[in-house]
Amino acid sequence: MSDASGPEMLGSCPVPLSHPEQIVLGHGSGGKLTADLIQRFILPAFSNPYLDRLDDQAVVPINGSQLAFTTDSFVVTPLFFPGGDIGELAINGTINDLAMSGARPLYLAAALILEEGLPTSDLQRVLDSMRAAAQKAAVLLVTGDTKVVNRGKGDQIFITTTGIGVIEHALQISADRARPGDKVLLSGSIGDHGMAIMSQREGLEFEGTIESDTAALHGLVDAILQAAGDAVHVLRDPTRGGIGTTLHEIASRSQVGMELQESALLVRDTVKGACEILGLDPLYVANEGKLLAIVAADRAGEALAAMHRHDLGREARIIGEVVAEHPRMVLMKTGIGGSRIVDTLYGEQLPRIC
Amino acid sequence: MKYLDEYRDSRLARGIVKEIRRVQRRPWVIMEVCGGQTHSIVKHGIDRLLPAGIELVHGPGCPVCVTSLELIDKAHAIARRPGVILCSFGDMLRVPGSECDLFTLKSRGADVRVVYSPLDCLKIARARPDKKVVFFAVGFETTAPANAMAAWHAKQQGIENFSLLVSHVLVPPAVSAILGSPHNRVQGFLGPGHVCVIMGAHEYEELVVRFRVPIVIAGFEPLDILEGILMVVRQLESGRAELENQYVRAVQREGNRAAQRIVTSVFEVCDRKWRGVGPIPQSGYRLRPEFRAFDAEEIFKVGDIATRESPVCISGLILQGIKKPHDCPAFGTSCTPQNPLGATMVSAEGACAAYYAYGRHLKDADNAAALK
Repeated sequence: MSDASGPEMLGSCPVPLSHPEQIVLGHGSGGKLTADLIQRFILPAFSNPYLDRLDDQAVVPINGSQLAFTTDSFVVTPLFFPGGDIGELAINGTINDLAMSGARPLYLAAALILEEGLPTSDLQRVLDSMRAAAQKAAVLLVTGDTKVVNRGKGDQIFITTTGIGVIEHALQISADRARPGDKVLLSGSIGDHGMAIMSQREGLEFEGTIESDTAALHGLVDAILQAAGDAVHVLRDPTRGGIGTTLHEIASRSQVGMELQESALLVRDTVKGACEILGLDPLYVANEGKLLAIVAADRAGEALAAMHRHDLGREARIIGEVVAEHPRMVLMKTGIGGSRIVDTLYGEQLPRIC
Repeated sequence: MKYLDEYRDSRLARGIVKEIRRVQRRPWVIMEVCGGQTHSIVKHGIDRLLPAGIELVHGPGCPVCVTSLELIDKAHAIARRPGVILCSFGDMLRVPGSECDLFTLKSRGADVRVVYSPLDCLKIARARPDKKVVFFAVGFETTAPANAMAAWHAKQQGIENFSLLVSHVLVPPAVSAILGSPHNRVQGFLGPGHVCVIMGAHEYEELVVRFRVPIVIAGFEPLDILEGILMVVRQLESGRAELENQYVRAVQREGNRAAQRIVTSVFEVCDRKWRGVGPIPQSGYRLRPEFRAFDAEEIFKVGDIATRESPVCISGLILQGIKKPHDCPAFGTSCTPQNPLGATMVSAEGACAAYYAYGRHLKDADNAAALK
């Protein structure tokens, strides 16, 4: 740095960029930086057979029962957005993490971190929608905690929800169970939640509102399991990082390859338009009410039919299949007949200049 | 989706590819100028549809890539100052300077914000009169009008706490430098569609004549690019060297006159150093003297920052179409988007970063699977 640059506020940062010395926003993206954070810090601190599976929930045996157990924090800005709000998200998100193990969600706990100055009317609105979402999903919020932090030390409301569910079947559903020949099913359109938030946050005024798809998916999971039973190998809700990151994770955990058809993906016009304008790829944009199911080929038709009969799966489709070739790699046949590889992103997707 | 899906139609794409195969007799090297075209080619796998005799090489048209390391270090030096809000387009945030990137500076407490329009910076400047708001004005002719408009409004409205760190570059001098090089391999060009929307097509007529090279101004969707390639191949096979416009739905010969007027009233042409390529005379814009009060380089006195690039990186040769990402031993090993060594790896539109993002750093056996 030259002398002419004046007083230095922040010093220099000689550490290699691949391992930032501080936490950067990309550590929360769900991409490679997030994986790096977990591998370098979380697993060494707490490694055990349940955590090491790195599923969205732990399945733990208690007195002969199998319980699913999970927790998730919600820090979304703005609090209220088309199609939902932080309260509904906090209930549905934790229910979905439980549901992806095939569990029936039962009880939730919620911790609220409130920033000094938050209007109580906003708090009331968030609590009302948490109650409505919990009622709709038939789960009880049975315990919780509240804390208040100084103005500027939080962002209005942070919510952490923890959930317990019970697994009432002997099925093994986990991200490491995809097998060559399995079909990849997706319950509907992609990118709705992420673009709903982004269009609000950045004050982008697109024609036609983009609504978040936030929804509790345990009913849909139940329908799939009823129809296809032990043919259901993997269930995941592709939230942060989108279906690109989630499918890549499944391929890695299961040591298999995947081949997708771009033409089979459903991206709503408003979402597609917003993604085009910002230079974002909907494959990596968050969803909050969609699931991916990896199902043995011979029962995939039944699973798909069951999804179609459920409100949240009317637009379900088969988007590709699991293959033995190119393990840990997801390939996509592009709309014009070319091919590309779907890798995990490093950090957050960044809007492009032009 | 209207204006999108019809340009990604697989049946039409197959038809154009078939026609390219029918017309092509000899091997040709074609350069797409724009980073957006490069990204589209790799994302849709367009190059993998073409006959072996058509080689696509990737040009210098990624504005993030060619922004010199000096300017990035200047932006970082400014962002570190107390009381500064540095605003930037999103894809500049991960570009490393000599020491770190803007994300890291942000995590250390610098006020770095992503904006979608330079005019948003004026809103921030009005709302925060206690801060100095600086916009990192990167881009080709495409982004110049909006950036010029921001400076013009700031002057009109007397917004004194706003300035621009200008890093504008121009396409025709770069094309000219590539064609004038003794090592040039490029035999035909896909011209920069969106640059021509602003500047018009006429600037390229002179290049076509001077270098006897076909240039087809093309769009960014798969069918635009395939049709552009077909038009270039037809010219090459018939020995013609003409300027043609594939992107007729957007580009007019004279361009956008109003945009050109605002650009020339705020900016003047200057010499500019391109990352990876070096200095090219008369290849950039800087603020005119009457707008110097909005020049962040002057305000923050960051003129004498000097930098050194990685000696391993071959991005200069890649940007000129002489080498491809795979020719570099560092590609995908010591040089990745997480830890880029040079220009073509720093932005999603850079050739190396696009190859990396779509898995082309992976071993050949796996890529063979991708070609299946």
